[in-house]
Amino acid sequence: MALLAVRHLRVEIPTRRRTLVALDDVSFDIEEGEVLGVVGESGAGKSLTGAAIIGLLEPPCRIAGGEIRLDGRRIDGLDAEAMRRVRGRQIGAIFQDPLTSLNPLLTIGRQLTETITTHAPLGAAAARRRAIDLLGEVGIPAPAQRFAAYPHQFSGGMRQRVVIALALAANPRLVIADEPTTALDVSIQAQILALLRRLCREHGTAVMLITHDMGVIAETATRVAVMYAGRVVEIGPVADVVRAARHPYTEGLMGAIPTLDHEVPRLTQIEGVMPRLDEIPAGCAFHPRCGYTEALCRAERPELMPTDGASQAACWRYHVRWEGGGRG
Amino acid sequence: MLARGLHRALDSDLYHSFTRSPLTVAAAAVTALFFGGAALAPVLAPQDPFDPATLNLMDAFAPPAWTAKGSAQYLLGTDNQGRDVLSALLYGSRISLLVGFAAVGFSIVLGVGLGVLGGYLGGWLETVAMRLADVQLTVPGILVALMVDGIVRTALPGGLKEELAVYVLIFAIGISGWPQYARVTRGATLVEKNKEYVAAARIIGIHPVAIMVRHVLPNVMGPVLVLATIGLALAIISEATLSFLGVGVPPTTPSLGTLIRIGNNFLFSGEWWITLFPSGALVLLALSVNLLGDWLRDALNPKLR
Amino acid sequence: MADPGAAPLVEVTDLARYFDVSPPWLARLLEGRGRLILRAVDGVSFAIRRGETFSLVGESGCGKSTVARVIVGLYRPTRGRVVFDGTDLSGLASRSALAPFRRRQQMIFQDPTASLNPRWRARDIVAEPLRAFGLVRGRRAVADRVAELLAHVGLAAADGDKYPHEFSGGQRQRVSIARALSSQPEFLICDEPTSALDVSVQAQILNLMKGLQRELGLTYLFISHNLAVVRHVSDHVGVMYLGRLVEVGPAGLVFRTPRHPYTRLLLETVPRLASDGAERQPVGGEVPNPIAPPPGCAFHPRCPFAEERCRTEAPRLRSAGGALVACHGVEEGRIPAA
Repeated sequence: MALLAVRHLRVEIPTRRRTLVALDDVSFDIEEGEVLGVVGESGAGKSLTGAAIIGLLEPPCRIAGGEIRLDGRRIDGLDAEAMRRVRGRQIGAIFQDPLTSLNPLLTIGRQLTETITTHAPLGAAAARRRAIDLLGEVGIPAPAQRFAAYPHQFSGGMRQRVVIALALAANPRLVIADEPTTALDVSIQAQILALLRRLCREHGTAVMLITHDMGVIAETATRVAVMYAGRVVEIGPVADVVRAARHPYTEGLMGAIPTLDHEVPRLTQIEGVMPRLDEIPAGCAFHPRCGYTEALCRAERPELMPTDGASQAACWRYHVRWEGGGRG
Repeated sequence: MLARGLHRALDSDLYHSFTRSPLTVAAAAVTALFFGGAALAPVLAPQDPFDPATLNLMDAFAPPAWTAKGSAQYLLGTDNQGRDVLSALLYGSRISLLVGFAAVGFSIVLGVGLGVLGGYLGGWLETVAMRLADVQLTVPGILVALMVDGIVRTALPGGLKEELAVYVLIFAIGISGWPQYARVTRGATLVEKNKEYVAAARIIGIHPVAIMVRHVLPNVMGPVLVLATIGLALAIISEATLSFLGVGVPPTTPSLGTLIRIGNNFLFSGEWWITLFPSGALVLLALSVNLLGDWLRDALNPKLR
Repeated sequence: MADPGAAPLVEVTDLARYFDVSPPWLARLLEGRGRLILRAVDGVSFAIRRGETFSLVGESGCGKSTVARVIVGLYRPTRGRVVFDGTDLSGLASRSALAPFRRRQQMIFQDPTASLNPRWRARDIVAEPLRAFGLVRGRRAVADRVAELLAHVGLAAADGDKYPHEFSGGQRQRVSIARALSSQPEFLICDEPTSALDVSVQAQILNLMKGLQRELGLTYLFISHNLAVVRHVSDHVGVMYLGRLVEVGPAGLVFRTPRHPYTRLLLETVPRLASDGAERQPVGGEVPNPIAPPPGCAFHPRCPFAEERCRTEAPRLRSAGGALVACHGVEEGRIPAA
């Protein structure tokens, strides 16, 4: 049984004029110990998915349908107190900006021990020892001395390490990392990603890695889900999605990313922009920008379906009803 | 074009938050009533209370129309000189609003000017202006107005004292209000100064004054608007206070404050209406303008949206 | 393409810019603290030929944005010269003397939202240089030219009526480009123009910029921290670290055979699409504080090949295999081939 099972998740944002659908029938699994990358451009809904899972949706956003199961138990309808217990103990979180993730008025030692004692029956001394161990594990030099330091006394990379320590303090089963390295320099990015990978392997923690950077996914994740306009359009093993994408959007995306490995005269250009939440077209959300569009695409929305590759894609080309001469 | 703009305005979030709150709508209605009444005072008022020819001493101390001895001619009663209280209210609001607006206008020109100049140019100008503002803020506004009023009036030659009294008052209340605007606009200017569109204008070679006026100023006026609305209420009350103390507008053009002072003398001898109605009007006006300012501040705050 | 024999359009010699970030005078007096000087740019020299794209790449705090701002005139240099088309700009002080050069250089910024005045309509934003330089007169003529420019960057003439918040990020960047092009410049400085944009929008903007360069014969100085983007757009590239250039050379050469240890570190640590998920051992350490840079070679605390000389003597750019490299190890032939 999958560690995390998301089924037909629907998130709505009621506004003055109408109700916007931010996530529309999103389903995926995360297995024990795996790293699932969730990639997409801004507005695709990837951060919202993470927020919905961990119960941090900001009102008026709300879950309007579907279910989220952790270890088979539903967590999407829990009240605030129950959700608080799940958070930290079962699901940890790492956000983009380490500056705002840490309380600037408390020492990092205090923040760590607080998290530890909230979720484990340890005394003050034992909690302190565990906190110092954790700081050492995430690579903070001289952890016993840095224990009493404040967040502003650390550099950006060090702060993010502390945030990772906080997320892993209660040994959660799943960590949701939302753009954990975007605000960091390139050379620090690699260190933080390596740390995350290593720790999660050692502790057996699964990771939901949300980012817009495909390179980060390629390095760190085993499977990847590509999101577009609040839906999952492709999901599969990383190598397959990157090298032989099946969905036209993913294809376009891969071609648009400049790489260091070879030169291209011109980057693939997907015409148009991702539709705003109040302008999502009927049928397949990508059809206005797609080179393969047919009448079926305009009329009905495709579900994720098996393709001739290792990944699943939400594209009519792989369905028996497809008339055109495309693949599938 | 106008219809399109109006349509856009009526459809906007601002208007929507306005209609959502009955208190704000009521406050706006009351304020509009006052403005209208004050503007149309010569037309609306049954009598011109400051023209001695229209006064009838025999009608002095007439109580309001709904009481036993009142008459419909004087809706809110008359004072010791036979002045119709309602007419006096309308004309008095006029002066109060005039002084209030003018004083706020002066504060804005001085405060925003110094704030933008100081924030953009920095250096000694900024330091001097901000320290001046800081120092002045340690003294209560009404005291500043009182001091400035007193000093300027003493400095004026005798004949001009009466003539320029209103202008001196406007100047005094205006001076007492500039620090707020200066500090707010200086902070906002510092933020805008570092934005790339200002750098783009500098790269083109636009003159710093043109940058301040055409680029920075429109973007720092938001909080100024909110301060101005609340400042209007404060200015009106300041004027009323000064007039009540006898150092405000000359008695020939009484404002609400003057009326309250006049009526105060008769409060304990039973003629309550002479002071109650001007006081009530002052409270209502200041309250409504304040509530409007509150709504504006919340509506314009991007974080609360 | 650039003509290698011609004189460079932009030549920067020993450019430096320091910032005084000392605590206020009173604090210094009472707490006995000294002055603090931030050496954002500390002696940078390079040349850009007409028609080519020269990129400055490096991590945050390396000074590349400051170099751009000194060249375009937003800061005065603390030391060194900027020579534009043969004229030494640092010698000119008055606004009237600088005016003709301002028209020929323009800049595009990173944040598409902050680079447009939120209270101005797009057509006024694009027309501002036209009016400021007196290039076009008359409302009719200005409106026509603005429509032309908007079309050039892929927007409709009707978009001129819109305010910045009505555009998407990519469209705002197009408006920025239209504004930069309106004075018909020869030299365009692009400070991280696509860093705030989505990947697919970035592709559109980069393609647009390349097309405009071919069509209008523009010269670009491209600033970025994204190595793949830099590889895609540049002819020449300069790698900066803590205010100094560590390696300069043709883009293909520098990316294929990096010589400086820092360049190698950068190229190794960038997450790559073609990665097979194998573990890499990234080099440790962080970028030091630019207020207190290490003595000698600024990179020595993180360099696996550092020796005594690196700790005391700052290396200078020397020719090495077709590129210029500032490294004692490279000069002495100590660094093994990648």
